[in-house]
Formats: sequence, C-alpha cells, structure tokens
Amino acid sequence: GKNEYDLLVIGGGSGGLACAKEAAQFGRKVAVMDYVEPSPQGTTWGLGGTCVNVGCIPKKLMHQAALLGSAVKDAQHYGWNISQPVHHTWSVMAQGVQNYVKSLNWGHRVQLQEKKVKYFNIKGSFSDPHTVCGLTKAGKETVVTADNIVIATGGRPKYPMDVAGALEYGITSDDLFWLKESPGKTLPSFILYVSLECAGFLTGIGLDTTVMMRSVPLRGFDQANHISKKKQICFTTQQQMASLVTEHMESYGTKFLKRCFPTKVEKLKSNRLQVTWKNADLDREETDSFDTVMWAVGRAPDTKTLNLETVGVKTNSETGKIIVDASEATSVPHIYAVGDITEGRPELTPTAIAAGKLLAQRLFGQSSELMDYDNVPTTVFTPLEYGCVGLSEEAAVQRYGSDNIEVYHAFYKPLEFTVAERDATQCYMKMVCLREREQRILGLHFIGPNAGEVIQGFALGIKCGATYPQMMKTVGIHPTCAEEVTKLHITKRSGLDATVTGC
Amino acid sequence: SVQAHKEEDNPQRTMEVNGLTTPVPASYDYDLIVIGGGSGGLAAAKEAAKYEKKVMVLDFVTPTPQGSSWGLGGTCVNVGCIPKKLMHQAALLGQALQDSRKFGWQFTEEVKHNWMTMTESVQNYIGSLNWGYRVALRDKKVTYENAYGEFVGPHTIKATNKKGIEKLYTAERFIIATGERPRYLGIPGDKEYCVSSDDLFSLPYCPGKTLVVGASYVALECAGFLAGLGLDVTVMVRSILLRGFDQDMANRIGEYMKEHGVNFIREFVPIKVEQVEEGTPGILKVTAKSTAGDQMIEGEFNTVLLAIGRDPCTRKIGLDKVGVNINEKTGKIPVNDEEQTNVPYIYAVGDILQDKLELTPVAIQAGRLLVRRLYAGATTKCDYVNVPTTVFTPLEYGACGYSEETAVEKFGEENIEVYHSHFWPLEWTVPSRDNNKCYAKIICNIQDNERVIGFHVLGPNAGEVTQGFAAAIKCGLTKEQLDSTVGIHPVCAEV
Repeated sequence: GKNEYDLLVIGGGSGGLACAKEAAQFGRKVAVMDYVEPSPQGTTWGLGGTCVNVGCIPKKLMHQAALLGSAVKDAQHYGWNISQPVHHTWSVMAQGVQNYVKSLNWGHRVQLQEKKVKYFNIKGSFSDPHTVCGLTKAGKETVVTADNIVIATGGRPKYPMDVAGALEYGITSDDLFWLKESPGKTLPSFILYVSLECAGFLTGIGLDTTVMMRSVPLRGFDQANHISKKKQICFTTQQQMASLVTEHMESYGTKFLKRCFPTKVEKLKSNRLQVTWKNADLDREETDSFDTVMWAVGRAPDTKTLNLETVGVKTNSETGKIIVDASEATSVPHIYAVGDITEGRPELTPTAIAAGKLLAQRLFGQSSELMDYDNVPTTVFTPLEYGCVGLSEEAAVQRYGSDNIEVYHAFYKPLEFTVAERDATQCYMKMVCLREREQRILGLHFIGPNAGEVIQGFALGIKCGATYPQMMKTVGIHPTCAEEVTKLHITKRSGLDATVTGC
Repeated sequence: SVQAHKEEDNPQRTMEVNGLTTPVPASYDYDLIVIGGGSGGLAAAKEAAKYEKKVMVLDFVTPTPQGSSWGLGGTCVNVGCIPKKLMHQAALLGQALQDSRKFGWQFTEEVKHNWMTMTESVQNYIGSLNWGYRVALRDKKVTYENAYGEFVGPHTIKATNKKGIEKLYTAERFIIATGERPRYLGIPGDKEYCVSSDDLFSLPYCPGKTLVVGASYVALECAGFLAGLGLDVTVMVRSILLRGFDQDMANRIGEYMKEHGVNFIREFVPIKVEQVEEGTPGILKVTAKSTAGDQMIEGEFNTVLLAIGRDPCTRKIGLDKVGVNINEKTGKIPVNDEEQTNVPYIYAVGDILQDKLELTPVAIQAGRLLVRRLYAGATTKCDYVNVPTTVFTPLEYGACGYSEETAVEKFGEENIEVYHSHFWPLEWTVPSRDNNKCYAKIICNIQDNERVIGFHVLGPNAGEVTQGFAAAIKCGLTKEQLDSTVGIHPVCAEV
C-alpha cells in the first residue's frame, strides 16, 4: 500500500524483536522503534527490552553470583582449601553482568541489520491508525507509516505514590542491575517475585537485606485477580510454595518485616535513607536506616505516551493494559499487541516471544496457529528456586473441588546437600492430579536447586496430557532431584510423612 | 502365610539337580530369599515385607584384590552412583570457584583440593546410608545376613559368613540380584597394582597422576572428576568412546574433556603393569601396545584405574545346582518379561540381567513390580522402553530413547528428522566459558507424526533437564507439542 512499511513494531523487547525478526523472514519491510525513558534515578539502557537489560538476564546472573557464594562455602566440605569467609565485590559482578548485557544489545542491533529490519531509537506515539511519529534524542521529528502495527512496549516498575520520598530516594529493578557501586544495606519492598529474587541474591552476596511485606508472600496484586483463572501463573496463588521459599530465605539470612506498610523515606546527612513504616501487627510506627530502598510493588504498562486514545485502542481501565483477543488483535484493525503490555497474559519473555512469532506467521506466513497460553511453565529464581507448571493447588481445588483432586507430595534432600551439610527442609515437590480414572496431571510444583531445568521437561509432558500412571512408568535418572517427581506416591490426603527415605 | 520350619522337620523334599522342578508345596523357612542387597534386591525385599511375607536378604562383599570392602546397599550406594556423583560435584565446585571470581567473589591464590577431606565426607555419608538400610530392613522385619549365598539344591541356599560359618535356608521363591564387579585385564600386574572403581571411592590417599584404562562411562566419569580436582589424568582407549551410546555425543564429550585437560591415548591397550616404587601412592610403569600396529609405549603413573567393564556375579553362586541358565560367555542371566529365569521359582533383577539396562532405577522398578506381581496380584511389568540416563562427565550428557545411529538403522535416514542446537548457558557467559560446547538434539520419527524418539542434551544439570523430557516421551511427545510448549527463561532446558 501507500504505507512505508509492512510492519512497524513499537518496542524492542522480547515480544517486539521476535515479531519483527520473524516478519522479516517472510521478506517483509519491517521497522522497530525502541526507546528507553530514563528511570527517575536516571538509569537507561540499550536495545532488547526488559528481559535483556533489567529483567531475566541480569537477574539470573546475579542469582548465579549468589549461588556461587554458596558453592564456595560447600566447596570446603568437598575438600577445597579456601580460607573463609570469602568476600564479594559488587563492582566486579556488576561490570561482568553489564558487559554481557551490552553484548546482547549489540547482538540485537546486528541481527536487525542482518535481517534488514530498520531500527529507530525514538519514542513513538500514534497520530493515526497507520502512522506513528516521534522525536529522536537529538530532537528530530520522524514519521513512520505501516500497514500493520504491533505494540510491544512492555511495562515499567511502579512507585508507591502514597509514600513520601519514594520517588526521590528509592530505586527499582530498573536501577538495581546498573548500579556501579554496592547497594549496601537494602530494603526491597513488598512481595512479588521480583522482590524475593532480588532480596535473595542480595543476601547471597553478603548484603544486609530486609524485605518489607504488606501481607502474605507472593500473593498477586490486583492485576492477578484480573487474569482469568485459565491463564494464572502457577505461583501467584500458590501459598504453600511461597511460604517454603520465604522460610528458606529467612534461614538463609534475609530479614522479613511482615504486615508492614512504609509511610515515608527521608535522606539523612550521612546520605543513608531513613525509612518509617507502620507495623500492623504491633500497631505502631517503626523506623530504621538503609543504604538503599528498592521498590518492587508491581509493574505498570508503558502506554501513557503512545496516544492510544487518539486511535481508539482499548485498554483495561484498572490495569491500563491493552485488551487483545486470541489473535493478539486490539480493538483497532491492523493494530496488535504482544507481551507484558497485554491484558490477561503471563508477563514472561518466552510467551511474548512465542506470541510475537506466531503473530508474524499469521500476518505474513499463511499460518492460523494461535498462541496457547495454557500450562506455561515458569520459575522464580529465589535462593532456593521454585519452578512450576499448570494449576496451583488452590486453583485446582477451586475449579474441581477438593474431593476430585489428589495431591502427591514429597520432601527430599538433594544429594549434593549431604556432604555440604546444607539444610534441605524446604526442598519439596507436589503434583496436583485429577482423582478420576485417568488421573491427569493438573499442576507440578518443585522447590529446589535448578528448578527451571527440572520443570521444563515435565511441562512438555503436561502439554501431552500426562497422567499420574504415565509419570510412575517413567524410570528415574539417578542420582538427580528430578527423579523424585517420578517417585511421588504419598498423598496429602493420607496424612502420612512425605519425607523421602533412602534409595 | 508360610510357617517357618526347621530343616529336620522336612525330610521329604525332592532333590532334582537339573531341569524344571515343580515347587513342592513344602513348608519353607522363608517366602522369599533375596541374594544381593543392592538397589534391586533391597527394593524387592522391602516391597515383599509390605505384603507381610517372610523375607531374607543375603548380602556379602568379596573384598577387592586391593582389599576394599563395604556395607549394605550394593554398587550404587557404595561404589557407584552415589560416591561418583559426590566426587563429580566436588570437581564441579572447583570449576564454580573459578567462575565465582568473575562474579565478584574474592579469594587470593590458587585453591588446592584435599583428597582425604573429600573422601572422608563421602564415606561418612555412605556409612549413613548403609546404616539406614540396616535400620529400614529391621523396621520392616526383613531378616538380613551378611553372608555369601549360593544355591546347593532346589529351594535351598547355603549362606557363608565372614567367619566361614555355613547355614542352610529354604524359600518358596528366590530373587537373584547379585550385580556385577569390575573386570580385570588379565595382564601381569593388574590385580597386584591396579585399582578399580571398587577401590577409588575409598582410596585412603590421593591417587595422584592417574592412568584410566577404558572408555566406558565409568572410565570417563572418573577421569573427569579426577581432572577436575586438579590431578594429571590420562585415559587409554582401545577403540571408541562410550560404546552403545550416540557416537556424536560421545565424541563431543571426549573433545570437551580433552580441551579441559584430560589426556587421551587412543588405540592402545596395556600389556603389563610393573611397580617402580612402593608408596601411597607409589609409582607404576605401564607398557602398552597399539591396536593398529606394533608400536609400544611406556608411561609412569601413581595410580592405574581399570574401567574396562563389569562382569556379573553369577559364576559362583551355584546356579548349576538348580539349573538356572546363564549366558556362558557374558555370565548374564536371561529372563522373560516378568524377570523369571528358566526355573519358575527363581527370578532375577538388576545388572545381572541379559539385554537390560544396568541402572539403579531400572533395578528398583523391576524389583518392586516383580514383587507386586508375586504377592499383590498386580500385573504391571517393568517398562524398559525409553529409560532415561545421564553420564556425569565434566560436561554432563543426558539421553532418552534412540541414539541417532540406532534410529537411522531402525527407521531409515529418510524417515527421521534430527533437530539440533548449540546453546550457551547463561551462567557461563560472565566467566567466559565455552560458548559452543553445550548441545541438544531430538530425533523425530517423520512417519509417526514426528514423534520424538530420541532426546540428547550435553550441558550442565543434564540429569535434571532430561528427567522431565523422559516423562514427556513416555506420553508420546511429538515435535509439534514440543514446539508449542513455552520455555522457562533463562534456563538451559528451554533450548
């Protein structure tokens, strides 16, 4: 048509880039717009979106740094002569992580170039359903027209606006991974997996870390209630697992301030931060000083400056997320959305990538395959990791009734913990099945080392409609943690001790 | 239930030496006697006890030529999976220490490893497992005797303990689960000076510069962790690596080990081992001959570890006295799909079975299911198809299903599709570890809906990764289903 491009993608993150690159494979003329509004603290980053720059990648690397700290301690039991305690230098880690992230930014730039996708580093907003314009950093106005537009602008961390000083003095995950110097004594606030993961690795590298939480761990915020039951991420309502994860963190050294609501943050002459909060249990005000306060109170979709109202793209009034149908189409023809910005979808990189690719295939490749958001596996990378796929126990009970489900569970001890004399109290797994004849597996939950590696293959099984008998027919690999899944046989209903004994 | 009777009360038992015997409905001392207290044997015994059967387990470890011995639990617990994985973990931790510097952890000087500290910890843990089994058997009222069992006649075995005291016992049924022991080369000096995996895990001194003879997974796993602990290791290989495994994967494992400090001498076999100097360790001189010509080489090592294979413990347990057939060449016992030998009341499980996988979980599964069929009216047979396995070499290898070559052989090259990918574990990026070594491939049967018939992965935590895929393969996983499953990010398994 008259439009300059076949496809314009606004947002160069997991979903956006996957969609753009896939469309380019079909020989289409594609453009990507990516722009990072600096955080209130001034942090910014390159092409690649949240996952690459301020999400999954740096998070897992810092989690790995913390795990290596444990490995250093274990090593002594295994015969390695290291004088303890060993100290951690933030700047060495940060530089290693940041360099790797920058190499990914570069890699994405190169890939777009190789696939002949035009890249604009501008902040775009709609002027009409086929036109997006924006200003480059230098102030030059650019206008792009396209037959199809995909919005993949993702989300940014929220600030608790009811807390004085929150914006001025607190940081978020956007800033944490780019700090050049150690955050010192840190208070990550509230409970989402982001908060627990960050608190986990900060503790692991030796920092004095306290988590302040309003209520119970890993309870989804209001957003979670809007996610239809079918697409709920397994861990947002999984209370038992959340407790085990936080119990482990407590024994690991993270402090928890439960049922506390911050009221203000002030800067002290020493440059430290004074935080005041209300302790709901003791019904009194408390205060303490920290080097860093990090907010992890949820993420808000990045739609404000897009000008969606002008073109009529409908968003959810409460969450601000873009409403899409099963084919990722918005309320406006030829405008689509993928990734964290979409209402009712899991906020995960792999789903954004898959959805982006499938969308491109439907638009340009004669495919009609829709994205399947069911049974999406995920992992929380806390010090003791939690991986899951399918329904939480609560969701299963809610949907089928407790009489119709059977929960098999076990407490186990990873072999590697034995010689290292590590506590395995919270190493646990459970399988939620339908009770009727076939005993189809509804959900699998695993807490332990390498949870992601363990769960991935089982997620495939669940996609194939795996049943409990099929799981029992699968021979275990010995010695691993994952084999315990194939040996689950104690039910919660029986009340028997679920601790795994010897071979 | 069967009543216990003393021998003297039962003089009418028939004494047929060969051929089938219909079990005489006499009263036996036990419902079931299990010969061999390893993975398969103990699993079967404990299961039988659940059905209130009178069970006895006989377990005895003939000391190695070097004098090593161990407690109840069999190969896996004492000289197999468990100590192997723990020492592998010690080696991995050595690597982790190096990585950790790049992640910001500070410690000066080169870090050294102390063999005795590790071995003591490992042996302590094994001791706790031996103890645990003793307690478990006692709690389940299974009689345990630390005695060498051998058949002397129908339904009758003789148990000889360490002191040489003999006792006779009778049972309605028997399960042979005697497992295997490492093979020796049959060359001068092998039994006098060489060690095997039976000795390695409790070696009371650091093995030092080691020659590993063999190319089995045992050889490669041991060579791998010894090198990881900082020792000078050489592997002498007669022909190919990991016979029976996917050869592409086997070669990648070998390449990785070579690049990470393990020396390989290919196409040579040792022909004699001599002692140059006594000590712990001493110095041994090995002479080897090429398999491709007349070339001879010599080398000196502190330790020579033989890992050329294992032989079943079936030659000296009186099987001829009860007519149980064995494969004369290999010593393995052929059984039907219900683990029954040619003698109806005698069964076998575990490593001694012909044409079955030598794995602990298989032995356990077979043992349990067998007992359930015998005493609980169950009909489920052990499923030996698509059994997953993992080789714990420095770069771990997990597999389930067909190797590429076997798939090509069975289905034809044009009927299979192999999807593959290298991957770079995120944890390896910052410490700049190899970016092109980790690898995964799946083999699909085009004619059967692109069903996944083989899964292979080379990378960290291969066992954890492979387990779930094995379950999926058991459910009939197809390529389409694999493609439509979302990955967990960022983990290796998502590849």
